[in-house]
Amino acid sequence: MAGTDQPVVVVDDVHVEYKVYASGRAVNPNARGLRRAARSMRVVHALKGVSFMAYRNESIGVIGSNGSGKSTLMRAMVGLTPPSAGAIYASSRPNLLGVGAALIPDLSGERNIVLGGLALGFAKSEITALRDQIVEFSELQEFIDLPMRTYSSGMQARLKFAIAASQQHDILIVDEALSVGDKRFQKRSEGRIREIRDNAGTVFLVSHSMTSIRDTCDRVIWLNKGELVMDGPTDDVVTAYEASR
Amino acid sequence: MSLTEMADRHGLHRVGARPSLLAYLKQTWERRDFISTMAAYRMAETNQENRLGALWLVLRPTLNAVIYGLIFGVLQSAVSRGQDYAAHVVIGVFLFDFFSACFQQGARAITGNRALVQSLSFPRISLPLAVVVEQFYTLLLSLIVMFGILIVLGHLPDWRWLLMVPLVGLYTLFNAGVAMFTARLTVHFRDLTQILPFVSRILFYTSGALFDVNKIFSAHPWVIQVYDWHPLYQVLTIARSLLMTHAAYDPMYWLYLSGWSVVALVGGFCFFWVAEEHYGRD
Repeated sequence: MAGTDQPVVVVDDVHVEYKVYASGRAVNPNARGLRRAARSMRVVHALKGVSFMAYRNESIGVIGSNGSGKSTLMRAMVGLTPPSAGAIYASSRPNLLGVGAALIPDLSGERNIVLGGLALGFAKSEITALRDQIVEFSELQEFIDLPMRTYSSGMQARLKFAIAASQQHDILIVDEALSVGDKRFQKRSEGRIREIRDNAGTVFLVSHSMTSIRDTCDRVIWLNKGELVMDGPTDDVVTAYEASR
Repeated sequence: MSLTEMADRHGLHRVGARPSLLAYLKQTWERRDFISTMAAYRMAETNQENRLGALWLVLRPTLNAVIYGLIFGVLQSAVSRGQDYAAHVVIGVFLFDFFSACFQQGARAITGNRALVQSLSFPRISLPLAVVVEQFYTLLLSLIVMFGILIVLGHLPDWRWLLMVPLVGLYTLFNAGVAMFTARLTVHFRDLTQILPFVSRILFYTSGALFDVNKIFSAHPWVIQVYDWHPLYQVLTIARSLLMTHAAYDPMYWLYLSGWSVVALVGGFCFFWVAEEHYGRD
């Protein structure tokens, strides 16, 4: 396996089960008594015992068909979905970039940059310097003073990626967030991912674009129906994955 | 070697596990710029879409005081109203607003910032604290207006007004505790967002913001004794004495209020910290 001997993420036999009412309403795992009233309930076993280790200086692609458990695994890695069995260890809490809402929709792009940077733990003085860098990377100069809710999903993804990727030496999870960006931005963000990896960071990239995966990742994890099918060098896994379809 | 031992040997922590209380305090302190900037931005943004903009921050409590003053000034007999009812209501409404804002906005601090909580990793307690700081700035603005109104009503400032500084300080600590408390509660019970406005209103009517408790309950001395332990009532009583009536109040109120503030702050912080793993899950 590529990288040094220093593991940054250890995923140890993780199971995730979602309990869902047949009507589609999720069961609140904390609910007791009344709210846990027996109704026709289904258990969706989203992850069935996944184990792997990720090292420093690695960029790992995560592939699989829709519903294979990729996003569940990523959410479990940041602690948003508690594993029903097994455990996940990490050197620091990873940041997760997914498709979806803006950070703080009512504030301008610029203010989102400042707040995002401060939340990540940058000092105020550092942010002044970072700000220009982030704006330049996101190429949103014209729109930076507009509220983030007015942005298109591609623009939101660009700004969020630029903010999160401004941080070094850390674990970054990109869950299909780049797929809404245009080709040009995808290329540039792939370059940034390689940079983070080379600076002793670890990046997970969930994508359906095998070109993106081949261009950025040196290792790939293939999930199917909640099970780890294959874990190895990009070429081998992607070839096997494509052959299976 | 098992994976768990491996993780242990390399100093990895279980993801999402909450840090120790001390580490959490330290992380929160490191986010102080985040907290104050968030508060300032939020405050600037709140009334941006209104033509009168930030003026609403002070117009709202003023209008509230006018309406409550008119309605309850007419409803109550002159005896229970007491002298100088206008100043009485203005102090009550303006100061109570700070509590009710922390109580209700604090409840939305986590649930209303889902995207932020789910994407970036930072101590979540920064969010309710940012709400308190934001409301504190708002309070400072409305205090200026309140002092103005009081002067117009004929209550001229003297040295006692300076004691408002420690009073507002204690009140802020108390409200910070309240905000951290409601912030976690709504994460577990979303329905609370619907209920809290009613709770806040009940507290408003029962904390002596509009009524003079001593006069209304003069027939039931035990109720007045209960009020001696009511932190919001203590704030209002001390403030009224400092700013308008100069009436004597039990100096122990300062001690009780300090106690309440410390208990609320420490309790609220610990209560919020215990569930640190749960924020952002849904």
